Amino acid sequence: MSTAKRIYMDHAATTYTHREVLQEMLPFFTDYYGNPSSIHQFGREVKKNIDIARERVAKAIGALPEEIYFTAGGSEADNWAIKGSAYANRKKGNHIITSVIEHHAVLHTCEYLEKEGFEVTYLPVDRFGMVSVEDVRNAITDKTILITLMYANNEIGTIQPIEEIGRLAKEKGIYFHTDAVQAVGSVKIDVKQQNIDMLSLSAHKFYGPKGIGALYVRKGVKLISFLHGGAQERGRRAGTENVPGIVGLGKAIELASGKLDESVARITGLRDKLVQGVMENIPYTRLNGHPEKRLANNASFCFEYIEGESLLLNLDLKGVAGSSGSACTSGSLDPSHVLLAIGLPHEIAHGSLRLSLGEINTEADVDYVLQILPEIVDKLRQMSPLYEKVKG
Amino acid sequence: MYSEKVMEHFSNPRNVGELENADGVGEVGNAHCGDIMKIYLKVENDVIVDVRFKTFGCGAAIATSSIATEMIKGKTIDEALQLTNKAVVEALDGLPAPKVHCSVLAEEAVKAAIEDYKNKQSKK
Repeated sequence: MSTAKRIYMDHAATTYTHREVLQEMLPFFTDYYGNPSSIHQFGREVKKNIDIARERVAKAIGALPEEIYFTAGGSEADNWAIKGSAYANRKKGNHIITSVIEHHAVLHTCEYLEKEGFEVTYLPVDRFGMVSVEDVRNAITDKTILITLMYANNEIGTIQPIEEIGRLAKEKGIYFHTDAVQAVGSVKIDVKQQNIDMLSLSAHKFYGPKGIGALYVRKGVKLISFLHGGAQERGRRAGTENVPGIVGLGKAIELASGKLDESVARITGLRDKLVQGVMENIPYTRLNGHPEKRLANNASFCFEYIEGESLLLNLDLKGVAGSSGSACTSGSLDPSHVLLAIGLPHEIAHGSLRLSLGEINTEADVDYVLQILPEIVDKLRQMSPLYEKVKG
Repeated sequence: MYSEKVMEHFSNPRNVGELENADGVGEVGNAHCGDIMKIYLKVENDVIVDVRFKTFGCGAAIATSSIATEMIKGKTIDEALQLTNKAVVEALDGLPAPKVHCSVLAEEAVKAAIEDYKNKQSKK
C-alpha cells in the first residue's frame, strides 16, 4: 500500500534537526553544562562555544558577532525588534510602516502597538505579493521611526526588494527591520550591503533545533530590553542561555550557508519540475507568488472549486505532508490574509496548497506527488457543487 | 484531530453525486466561507428512497454530509426532519469544536432539501 509512504513537503513550517547539528549539540546537555555566566572552567568552556555560535551566525549574514542576540525564536525576535525600537524611539515619532502580508508575529505586534498609541501603515502588495518601493517612500512621514518588511513570504515565497528598501530607509534615517525567518538558509543575505538594521531568524527553518533564534541589531540601533533580569546578551536579553540550542543554531547556519548555492540550485530544479507538472496537468490551477522572485523551495497553488483542508487530508492519506491557507486550517473564518492580499477571492483562497521542499526531497518524491495530486483534485472536484456549474 | 469515524466517512464518502429528477434539492452555505452542501432527495410515498450529496468544504464538511445522507436514507420525511446537528456529531464520534458548524450545515442542508420537496408537492 502506498500509505506506507512518508513524504515531507512542509519545510516552510519546520525542518528536522540535521544529525550533524544534533551531534554538536548533545555534549552541551551532559558534558558541558556549566552556566556560561560562571567564572569557573565549567562556565568558561560553555561561554566559549556560545561565542563560536555567535560568530557563525554573524558570518552567515555579514554582521559583527556583537550584533547578534540569541532569542527563543523568530516570534520573539520580531516582537523585540518592533516593540523594542518603537518604545525606544517614541520621542522621535510614532509611525511604523509594514505590509499586509507579514507573519502574524509582526502583524499582531503592530496591532498591539496601535493600541499603545502608535500609528501603523499596512502597505498593500501586488498580485505577486510584492511590496512597491515607491509605496514605502510615499508612506514615510516625519513621524516614521521604523519600516518592518519580511524578507520572503512564508506562504507564497515572494522575495521583497530588500536592498532597495534598505537604501531608502538609510537615506531617510529610519530603522529597517526584516523578518528573515523564511529567507535565512535559502537566500544570500548581507545586512551591511542591504542596509538592514535588524533581522529576525529562527533555527528550525534551516535544519536547526526549535526554540532558538536570533535578532541581529546593528550597532547603534536604539532598542529597549524585552526580558529584564541578568546581564546575559550584553544586558539586553536576560535569562540563562539555551546553550544546546545556541550551539545548534550556530552549526545549522554554518552548514546552510556553506552549501547554499548548491542546495538552492538542486531544490529550485525540483520545485520547477513540481510547479510545471502541476500547472500542466491540473486545470483551473493558479501558482501563487512571484514566478521568479520566490524562495527556491516554495510551491504555492490554488485549485479552484475545492477546499484546502480536504486536499491536505487526502494528500496525508497518501503519505504526503503539505499545508494550506484555507480557513479551516488557519483556525479562523477567513482564508489566509496573504492570499486575500494578493487579490484572490475567498472561494479561491480556500483551495490553497503549499508544498515546501527540502534537503530530503528527491525527484521520485516530486514524481509521486505529480502522480497522486491530479487524482485527488479531480476526486474533490467531482464532489464539489461549484465544479458542476463549470462543467455545465 | 478527527475521529476515526470522521476519517472513514471522509475517505469513503457515501452517496456522493447528483440525482436526476430529484424530488427535492437543498443547497446551503456559500463559497465565501468555504462550505457549500447540496443534497438531492428521491421520495416515494413520503419515504426518502434515495439521497445524494455534493460538498465543497473541509474534511468535516464532507464527513457530515456523508453521514447525514446515511442517517436519512429510508426514513420518512417527518423522521428526517428530526435529524439534528447533535445527532450528526454523535454519529461521527464527535467533531473538533471549530468544526461543529459543519454538522449544523448538514442539518440545514437536509431541511432545505425537504423544504424544496414540500414546495414542489404543494405545487402539484
